[in-house]
Amino acid sequence: MSARRIFARPARLAAIAPYLWMVLFFLVPFGFVLKISLSQTAIAQPPYTPVFDFSEGRAALAAAFAQLSFDNFRLLLQDNLYILSYLRSLVVAVTSTLILLLIGYPIAYGMARLPQRWQAVAMMLVIVPFWTSFLIRIYAWINILQHDGLLNQVLLTLHIVSAPVVWLSTDSAMYLGIVYSYLPFMILPLYATLSKMDSSLLEAAGDLGASPRQAFWLVTFPLSLPGVGAGALLCFIPVVGEFVIPDLLAGSNSLMIGQTLWLEFFTNKDWPVASAAAVALLLLLVPPLVLYDRLQRRQLDAGR
Amino acid sequence: MPLLRIEGVAKSFGNFRAVDKLSLDIRAGEFFALLGPSGCGKTTLLRMLAGFETPDEGRILLGGNDIAQVLPHERPVNMMFQNYALFPHLSVRDNIAFGLKRAGMARKDIATRVAEMVALVKLEGLEKRKPDQLSGGQRQRVALARSLARRPQVLLLDEPLAALDKKLRESTQGELMELQRRLGMTFIIVTHDQEEAMTMAGRIGVMDAGRLVQVATPRNLYEAPASRWIAEFVGDINLFNGQVTARDRGRLTVSTTEAGALAVSELWPPVTKQVVSVAIRPEKVKLSRRAPASDAGAPQPINRLEGVVIDVNYLGGITSYRVKLETGAVVRSSMANTARLDVDAYLAGQRVVAWFTADDCLVLEQ
Repeated sequence: MSARRIFARPARLAAIAPYLWMVLFFLVPFGFVLKISLSQTAIAQPPYTPVFDFSEGRAALAAAFAQLSFDNFRLLLQDNLYILSYLRSLVVAVTSTLILLLIGYPIAYGMARLPQRWQAVAMMLVIVPFWTSFLIRIYAWINILQHDGLLNQVLLTLHIVSAPVVWLSTDSAMYLGIVYSYLPFMILPLYATLSKMDSSLLEAAGDLGASPRQAFWLVTFPLSLPGVGAGALLCFIPVVGEFVIPDLLAGSNSLMIGQTLWLEFFTNKDWPVASAAAVALLLLLVPPLVLYDRLQRRQLDAGR
Repeated sequence: MPLLRIEGVAKSFGNFRAVDKLSLDIRAGEFFALLGPSGCGKTTLLRMLAGFETPDEGRILLGGNDIAQVLPHERPVNMMFQNYALFPHLSVRDNIAFGLKRAGMARKDIATRVAEMVALVKLEGLEKRKPDQLSGGQRQRVALARSLARRPQVLLLDEPLAALDKKLRESTQGELMELQRRLGMTFIIVTHDQEEAMTMAGRIGVMDAGRLVQVATPRNLYEAPASRWIAEFVGDINLFNGQVTARDRGRLTVSTTEAGALAVSELWPPVTKQVVSVAIRPEKVKLSRRAPASDAGAPQPINRLEGVVIDVNYLGGITSYRVKLETGAVVRSSMANTARLDVDAYLAGQRVVAWFTADDCLVLEQ
C-alpha cells in the first residue's frame, strides 16, 4: 500500500476544512447581511422586511425577492454622514499606519539585530500585552489620560504644565490608543522579514563601498518591503473598521465608520442601512486585502 | 616591499584564538591560497583583510598603509563571498554597478565598465535577470564580476567554487587563473580543498589552529611538507615511525617496527631528533612481482617491502592498491594506468614487492 493511499483521505479532509470554515462562518453570515442590506426598515421583530418565510411556498418567496432594493446603498451616497465617516476612517487608518511604521520599524530592526537569545526575550515583551484583555488595557488608558489621571498628575508635579491638560476625548488620545494596540501587529511581520535577512548582503554592500547608512537604504530597506507591506495592511485593515478605541478615547464630534454602523444598528435600529454600510465597508477593504495576499505570496516565493 | 604585509595579526572570539600572531607577505600580482581544515582561522584572516573583523593586535599593511582599523567600505580591496551574497532585489547589471555607483563614477563610465565586466565573465544577454533567475554557475560569475568591477588592489575569494559541481568547478578554476593572469590582479583565495589550492595558486599558505604552518609553492608543499601534519593534510601518504640508527653521507637508516630498516635521503635542514617518521607518497611506491635486481651499482638504495595485495581500487586514470606487510602494516601504492589493456594488473591476494627509492622518502620529525 502506497503512502499516498494512506494519507489521501485525511489530507483531502484537511484541505476542505478551511473552506468549510469560510463558508459556514463568513460566506453564510455575509449572505444574511447582504440580504438585510437590500431590505426595508420596519417596526417589527426583526426590524426589517421582507422576511423570507420558507413555509409559504415558492410564490411568496419570489414576491419577497421582488421587494429587495438598492435604496439603502443609494442612501449611503446621498447622506454625507456615511461618506464622511468612511473618509475619516481612511484618514485615521492611513495616519495610524504611518505612525505605527515609524515606531515599529526601528523596534523590529533593533530586535532582529539582538543576540539570538535576547531576540526571544524581546519577542516575549512584544507579545506580553496580549495576556491582558484589550478592553481593560484601553480602560487603563482612560485612567491615565483623564482629567486627574496619572499623566496630568506627573506633568503637574514636574511643573511642566500649570493646569490639567485635556487628553481624553481627543484625536491624540485615539491615535495613542490605536498605535498602542496595533504595534505588535506591525512589529511581528517586520521582525520576521528583518531577522531572515542574510547578514552577508550587508557585508557585501559595505565591501562594495556603501556606508552603513547607504547599505540600510539600498539593501535592508528594499528587502524589508514585503514585511512593511504586510505590517501596514495588517494594521490598516482592522483600523478602518475600528470601533472600540475611537468610541472610548476620541471625541464625539466626528465618527469613524465602525461607530456609525453601531449607531445605525443599535440606536436607530435601522438594520438595513447598517448592513448596507457594512457591505460597502467590506467592498472598500477588498483591494487592500488582495494586495496583502499578493505580498504574502511574494514573500513566500522569496523565502523558498 | 610586498603589496600586502600581515604583521603579527591576532584575533580571538571569546576564549577561542582564531588567528594567532600571524605574519605573511603577499606580492603584487600573486595568486595566493590560504588552505586549512575548517576552523583553522583562514576565513577569519580573510575577513580581517576585507575589514569585517578588526584584529586584536598586529598590523595589516596594504601598499605601506596600515588598514587594520579601516572600515570595509573605505578599503581598496573587494571580496567574493562564499554564498555570493548577490542582492536579490537588483538585476545582474545593478549588482555589478553597485560598487561603481558608490565610488561616484559617472553614469556613462559605469555603463561601459558594466558591459566590460559582463563580457569578461561571459554573461551577455543576462543583464536584466534577477539573481533567482540564474543558475549556480551564472550567479558565481555575477559575484565575480561584481567584486572585480571596482578594480580592487586585492581580490579576496572565500571558497568561491564550493557551491559548484565538480565539472563546473574544474572549468571555473581554469577561468579564474586565466582572468587573474590577464588582469594582473592580486588574488587571495580561501579554500579547504587542497586540489583547488594546488591547481590555482602560485603559493599556498597552510593554516592550522590560527597559525601559518607552511608557506610554499604547490610542488614544495607536496614534495617537501614541513611537518607530519602537513604531509597528512596535503594528499595521501604512508608513514612509518622509527629511529635513526645510522647516518652516512646524506643517507639515513631508519629502523621502523612496521617496515624494518629503511634507507632514506636526508633533506635540508637535517633532522636533529632520533625519533622520526619516514613518509612516502603512494604514487612513489611501485609494485612488482619479484624484487628488483640488487642495488649494488644503482645510484641510490632501494627499499623493498614484501606483502600481499588486500585491496584494489580502479579509479580510471590510476589504480590504488593496499598491500599488507608481514608486520601487519598497510602500504598504499597508486600506479598510473598507462595502457588500456593491462594484463599485468595485480589482484587481491597476490604476493608482491612494494619498493621505493631513498630519494622518494621524506624524513619528518614527529
